Amino acid sequence: MLGHYLSLFVQAVFVENMALAFFLGMCTFLAVSKKVSSAIGLGIAVVVVLTITVPVNNLILHYLLREGALTWTGIEGAENIDLSFLGYLSYIGVIAAIVQILEMFLDKFVPALYNTLGVFLPLITVNCAILGAVLFMAQRDYAFGESIVYGAGAGIGWALAITALAGIREKLKYSDVPAGLQGLGITFITVGLMSLGFMSFSGVQL
Amino acid sequence: MAASDTPKSVLLSPIFKNNPIALQVLGICSALAVTNSLSVSLVMGIAVIAVTAFSNLFVSLIRHHIPSSIRIIVQMTIIASLVIVVDQVLKAYAYEMSKQLSVFVGLIITNCIVMGRAEGYAMQNGPVMSFLDGVGNGLGYTVILLFVGFVRELLGSGSLFGITILPAVQNGGWYVPNGLMLLPPSAFFVIGLLIWILRSFHPDQVEKTEYRIVANSKTKIKETV
Repeated sequence: MLGHYLSLFVQAVFVENMALAFFLGMCTFLAVSKKVSSAIGLGIAVVVVLTITVPVNNLILHYLLREGALTWTGIEGAENIDLSFLGYLSYIGVIAAIVQILEMFLDKFVPALYNTLGVFLPLITVNCAILGAVLFMAQRDYAFGESIVYGAGAGIGWALAITALAGIREKLKYSDVPAGLQGLGITFITVGLMSLGFMSFSGVQL
Repeated sequence: MAASDTPKSVLLSPIFKNNPIALQVLGICSALAVTNSLSVSLVMGIAVIAVTAFSNLFVSLIRHHIPSSIRIIVQMTIIASLVIVVDQVLKAYAYEMSKQLSVFVGLIITNCIVMGRAEGYAMQNGPVMSFLDGVGNGLGYTVILLFVGFVRELLGSGSLFGITILPAVQNGGWYVPNGLMLLPPSAFFVIGLLIWILRSFHPDQVEKTEYRIVANSKTKIKETV
């Protein structure tokens, strides 16, 4: 059992890295990766949000939305109700609510981190990595325990990727890049090379 | 963008001059993942145009009634509902295509272009202009998607829209398909190079360097000695 969870975790962190294998969360991935310190801050925020949202959405899927999921209410004919078309709407609602709560929490208790992340916290709502992980969870039909492991693993993988990219970009700004490739262009090429490196994990099985 | 823009400039400037992907780094998540064939890129582009245009329209219509503290959730709800409509339409009329797009239709919700335009443009402008702005930004996105899809499908499998252009070796032709083009990293390379090309034509879009490298001072000392 433990081996199964470990394998799922390693798979989520390395083999199916959110940023480098599925290109999820790219907007913030490129925008906030100029400094290692803010990259780590955002990485931690994403890990926290993912670890909470994926299991919560898992519960919503299993007890409210899936075909026959409402049987527990005991209402007559509930086992024929299929609300899965409402999936997107409820997932994004849950994500937005949790991000908003996190934002208020940081503002009140960790103002230093709130100041560095500033405008990017609302962007976590539109971070595709969060919704992507939730949708993958729904598509692959993970159980509740698996969804916690998968959420944490996906978040850590993403945090790892953004921190690595920020480290490279901190060094890269001292180098002589052709004018048109400056900034965004060279970042894309760098991410491409990183993604090529992470492809070597594909096929790894525990 | 000022409110005095003409409808034509609102529609056309996002396509090349102010492209959402190349200049503002918005919405590339899905741009990378679905571009390994042209037909998938085209469907994705059309879906994004529809969602951006209508979400801009609806957000702009109710912009005076949204309290600013919950505006993001209101925008998300509108966008998510539109994406559900697009998803159901795709499932009904193009089932194969929706299987291929898998979770990426759902990810239009978190496409930063849709959200960015709703927040940045539709909240301040009238419905008609917002609609045009949405169509323009959707088109700008589609152009990049089609370009990347064109390069990747042509070099990766030697075909366009599934029609063979370069006969591949395994079918008795002469072209050796470049398998890397179908894999994730190539999407980054193609977009990086595309940005380089675009910025060579528009030098004003080039980002400023943070550090300038000073000419090597050691050789100078040697010469004077």
